[in-house]
Order: sequence, then structure tokens, then C-alpha cells
Amino acid sequence: MAEIRVMREDLLPPKEPPRRHLISIGDLGRDDVERLLGTARNFERSLERELKKLPTLRGKTVVNLFYESSTRTSSSFELAAKRLSADTMSIKSAGSSVDKGESLKDTALTLGAYDPDVIVIRHPQIGAPQLVARYTNAHIVNAGDGKHQHPTQALLDLYTISEELGRIEGLHVAIVGDVLHSRVARSNIQALALMGARVTLVGPPPLIPRGIEAMGCEVSYEIDAIKAADVVYVLRMQRERMAEGANFVPSLREYTARWGVTPERLRPGQKVMHPGPMNRGVEIDPVVADAADALIEQQVRSGLVVRMAVLYDLLTHGPAGVQAAALHEIGAA
Amino acid sequence: MLFGKQGRDDLVIRGAHVLDTAAGVDAVLDVRVDGGTIVQLGTNLETNAHRVVDGQGLVLAPAFVDPHVHLRTPGREDEETIASGTAAAAAGGYCAILAMPNTEPVVDSAAVLGSLAETAQAEADVPVGFLAAITRNQGGAELTEMAELASAGAAAFTDDGQPVVAPGLMRRALQYGAVTRRRLALHCEEPTLSKGGQMHEGAVSAELGFEGYPSVAESLMVERDLALAAYERQPLHLLHLSARESVEALSRAQVAGVVATGEVTPHHLCLTDEAVRSLDPNVKMNPPLRAEEDRQALIAGLRDGTIGAVATDHAPHARHEKEVPFEAAPFGVTGLETAFSALYTHLVEPGLLKLETLLERMSAGPARAYGLDAPRIAVGAPANLVLLDLKASRRVSESDFRSRSANSWLLGQTVKGKVRLTIAAGRVAFEG
Repeated sequence: MAEIRVMREDLLPPKEPPRRHLISIGDLGRDDVERLLGTARNFERSLERELKKLPTLRGKTVVNLFYESSTRTSSSFELAAKRLSADTMSIKSAGSSVDKGESLKDTALTLGAYDPDVIVIRHPQIGAPQLVARYTNAHIVNAGDGKHQHPTQALLDLYTISEELGRIEGLHVAIVGDVLHSRVARSNIQALALMGARVTLVGPPPLIPRGIEAMGCEVSYEIDAIKAADVVYVLRMQRERMAEGANFVPSLREYTARWGVTPERLRPGQKVMHPGPMNRGVEIDPVVADAADALIEQQVRSGLVVRMAVLYDLLTHGPAGVQAAALHEIGAA
Repeated sequence: MLFGKQGRDDLVIRGAHVLDTAAGVDAVLDVRVDGGTIVQLGTNLETNAHRVVDGQGLVLAPAFVDPHVHLRTPGREDEETIASGTAAAAAGGYCAILAMPNTEPVVDSAAVLGSLAETAQAEADVPVGFLAAITRNQGGAELTEMAELASAGAAAFTDDGQPVVAPGLMRRALQYGAVTRRRLALHCEEPTLSKGGQMHEGAVSAELGFEGYPSVAESLMVERDLALAAYERQPLHLLHLSARESVEALSRAQVAGVVATGEVTPHHLCLTDEAVRSLDPNVKMNPPLRAEEDRQALIAGLRDGTIGAVATDHAPHARHEKEVPFEAAPFGVTGLETAFSALYTHLVEPGLLKLETLLERMSAGPARAYGLDAPRIAVGAPANLVLLDLKASRRVSESDFRSRSANSWLLGQTVKGKVRLTIAAGRVAFEG
């Protein structure tokens, strides 16, 4: 077919030095991921010191703009910014002008007037981070947009795997559960494939999107398929997204009976991960969640250093040079 | 059935490549128009002090007919009016358009229809036919007073924007609609399959995380409506086809003798779901952009005549309603002012479609689908002409639109093929 580029050049910001964003794992190359994980490792060492605060981002401003409830993501971004001495400002949709019906564009313009260096955004709608990127001069970090992407989660998962297992390449990761509604799954499939891991999705057919194999993964509807994996990544069964009468599965009871991750379904030594918050007794058996092979707390700890690395990378690498192409540039969206 | 300004202009178009294959014209000729009627084709025609338009190097064709336009009036005059929409149509080379009834209020009574016809008579730069709703308030429950609406000038009937969900009601519409001698035009969408869908279901929606609107949501309803039309032996027209399976179903029905026509939009002919990766709200429409195999089936259907008409589905939206994340944006894009250039650039230039075929599918094809007189370049025919500059290119920009809305998927792109002159109903409606 003829090459057709759909791009709203009229609406792009003036061609000032390109700003880098982290909107999707698809914007990263393998080198970028390795650099970010290396930076996170350095920060992890620095956190072992008595004085945990680094002066690196002094004078920079990081805005956390959260349109969805979040505990671990918003707190770890806030702490990450503070550990790097940046000023932080957190805006939640409840109690803000968003409550009064302000459009995302106007909120972005309002916040942009304060010249923040980074805006971290979580929004229930796909494409919200791109929109904010279009109307502000800040670097944008996507902290979750609808069912699309949650890139820092995937990076912290890669970091956790590589710290615990010593490598990512060649590992086999089974992602189990509600892939359809999961931005975590989408970012992880891309990230794991990028780093050379083998990915198998396991779950009930209506919760595995048609055509997802094109992302470079395999699909199985049988829970037994997790036995072959080095890492079993359990997704949250997103009850809030299971509209009544949608009939993705007949009942949570049947889901748990058929696809719940239980001790019997695992083999000794398999590592288990979960992005949280967990529904204990639904997608994951409490015994599995609390076992020594579960990496769930390590994931939370990784979240802090990986988000420090992302903020650091966005704000300290100049626009020129090889690394400029590292993170997402607006216009390529 | 058509309402708008009429003209009795006099002019001579000199030396254009006159192309109307159905009328057997394919030569460099002069065309003379007296009092709004084509009176002479030939060389070195007398001008008799008529205005002379230099057509050298340009193509003169029958002007276009758009069977699918949303004029947003009444109710959303901030997005489009009859005046702005018909000015946009004239700029796109159209000599007639058909307007959909999903306005606020819905065109479901002779009173609403009458007031629109009156406004159009005074304001419309190109004649407009108004479709009326099949069901009251497009609610899918009770038929409108179709006979009265037809007498009041309804061009056809449709619930466009909504399917007629209940098969029993669809059957009644086909049965009763026969007394109006007007076509039923159907928006085929099975709502429990398309529910929540943001884009075509496939590898791209799986990756982006959008809820899918599968092809079968359209083709299942196409199959149902064709089966009902066959059973009732009534004609019908299928709006904005997007899926390969729909084209195949239409072709099978036509072979079996069902009188069914179909239309396709420029965006479904030029783009696929890959375009949605941009997350640009201006590639969000219903039905959604589908896969490359669907696009190829639509092009093949247009080429072989299974699909007889190009329709823009021109759907203006206020700027602030599209300046939102993709998921929050309304469906629909504009098309009147870009249809020819888009299709010339993306189909004719790459050799996927002959220019003659495109011109036919943009003019006589849509007219035939609705039983309107096809624009012709023949002595005695009313002057409905478009003068095209195939060599000129332009960058599509918001400031050039005559439409009140600018939600075009072509913004920022460079396209070839420019409309230089449109004559609609004997009147010069556009010069550029």
C-alpha cells in the first residue's frame, strides 16, 4: 500500500530542541533499557548509604498528575523525585478542577504555565500522555494510560528479573490472567520480547486479545502451560473492568478453579511476580503470594530505583547525541 | 428531492480534456453553457460574449455527488450549517449532496424536513437532498410517517449512526417503505458485538489495548439486511462499508438478484488500522479503519462495481471535542473538501484505480444508488461540471477549509489533484 503518514503537524509544538518522553516501551531500544537498568543499579547502591538523598535534580520540578487511584505508582514516583532533590507536586483528579469538568488540554496548559520539567501522568484513557505532551513543554512519563501502556512497571519488572535471576535473555516468562484489560501485560510483552525473553500468555480465551501473537508472544488457554516457565507473572483480575453481563468468564469462582496460580500448579524454584494490588484467593493463592519464590516485594522496591533512573535519564541526557534518540520523541507518536 | 440555489450562468470552458465515459466523451473540447444548460460540445466554439474559462491542461468531468454528508443542522450549527457544508461541497467538486437525518432534533417529521428544505433553497451552494429517519427519533422502535415525509421531499430513509436493531422492525421498514419509492440506506452494526469498540479488532487493537469493533459486527448485519431485502424483494443501499466480508456478502446478493448498492469512504480506501497507532483522534470513525485485506477488498469492490459509490461520510466535529485522548473523542472525520484529492493521490496515482472509474463512482454511481439523475456532459443536460487540475498539489491545512470543522485525517499531508471550478445546477458554485 502507499505509504501514508498520519501526523498532525499543525498541532505539534514548534521545533525547539526535541523533548524526550517515556510513553511506551515500544519507543525504547535495547540499549536504552540496558542504560536505564544500569542507572537504577547505581541508585540502588546509593540508597544503601545513610543519607539517601542525592542532589542530582535540585531545582527541577516533577508534577504527578493522577486521574486514577494508585498507591504504589504515585508514591514511588513522588519518593523517587524527592530522593533526587526535585520539587514535587501531586494532583489527583478528585478535588481538583478536573472535578469541575476541566478538559485534559486545559489542565495541561494550566500546569504547563508553571514550566514543570517532568509531568508524570496516569489517566484512564489511551492517548492522554500524548495529548499532554502536545500542550506542554515538559518531559512526559506515562504512569499508565487506559489499557495501553505502563512502561515504568515493565522496566521495574525487568530490573527485578535481572537482579534475581541474573539475566533476562533466554528466560521463559508466563503471563497469566486478564491480558485483555492489562496495560501491565502489554508493556511487559514488549519489554520482555525486546530483551530476548520468551513470553507465553495464559488465560481464558475471551481475556486474551485476538491477534496479540503479533507482539511476539505465544498463547495458551491451559494453566499447565505455566509449568514450563522460569517466571510466572500473575495479572490482577480487574474486577472493576468486568462490566456486569460482559461474560468474559462465567464467575470468579470458575476463573480461580481453572486459572488461579496455586502451589500445586507451580514447580519448585519457579519465581512468581504480580504487579499489585493482589486479589488473594482469586488470581493468586495466598500461599504462593507469601512464598520465598515470590518477588512481589522486590518489585515494589525496584519501582523506586527504576523511577529514579527514568527521571534522571530524561532530565540529564541532553537532546543531542546518540542517547537523544533513546526515549520517545514527540512527533514520532 | 434536491433543494438549493439554481443558476442560469453562461460560460464557455475552452480546451479541457472532457471526460465522461458513460456519455462517450473523452477528448479535448470546448463546452458551452447557456442559461445553465450544456448547449454545445466542439472545437473553437463561439463565445458570444460569454465568460471564457481556460481549461487547457485540465480535466472536465461530471461534477460529484456525495450520498453521505452530516450537515449538523439543526442542532450543531457550531460544527456545520447548510451554507458552510454546501460551500465545502462546492469546493470539493460536488454538484449535489445528501444529508443524513441524525441531527438534533432528528429529521423524522415533515415539519423539520420542510424547514431544512426552505433554508437550503435559499442558502445551499449546491443542491441538497435530505434523508429522513426510518424510526422516530432514530429510536429503533416505531416507524416514521414515511409516506408523508416522502411527499415533503425526503430523498430516502436512514437511521444512519444507528442500526435498525430489531429484525422485525427492519422488515416492516422494507415492506412499508415500498410505498414511498425511496431507498432505505442502512448503517450495518450489530451493537452487542461493537459495544465499547474504539477501533478495528485485530493485531493493532490488541497491542494498543483498545476495545475492538470486529468486522463481523458489520458483516453480520449486512447479511441480515440483504436476507430481508431478498425476502421482501425490496432494494436497499448499504452505507459506509468497511469489511471484506461485507463486500463479499453484497456481491453474492447482487449475483442472486437483490437490488442492493453500496458505498465506501475515502478514509476506508486510503487508510488501515495501522494509522491508529498515531492515536490521532482524526483517524477515529465508525465504522473503524480496518485491516489491509479489507482495504484491498474495498478497492476491488469499487473497481468491479460491487460498490458503486464513494461517500465521504463527512462528519464535522467541534475542535474541542476532538482535542481529547483518542478514547474520549467522538467518531467521524470531514471529507467533502479532500475526497477527490485523497483518492486521486492514494488510488489513481499508484495505479490501483483508473481515473475514469473514480470519476464514475463519485458522480453517476452515487446518483444511481438513490435514483437521482446522473450528472452528464451532453447537449441538453443541466450544467453539473467539475474542472480538475491533476498536476497541482497542495498541503492540506486547517485554514483552507470552508467547512466549519477541520477534523480531517489529511491535515498536514500533501495531496495532488485540485478542483478549479465547480458548476452545480447551472451555477458557478466554486472557483479556486
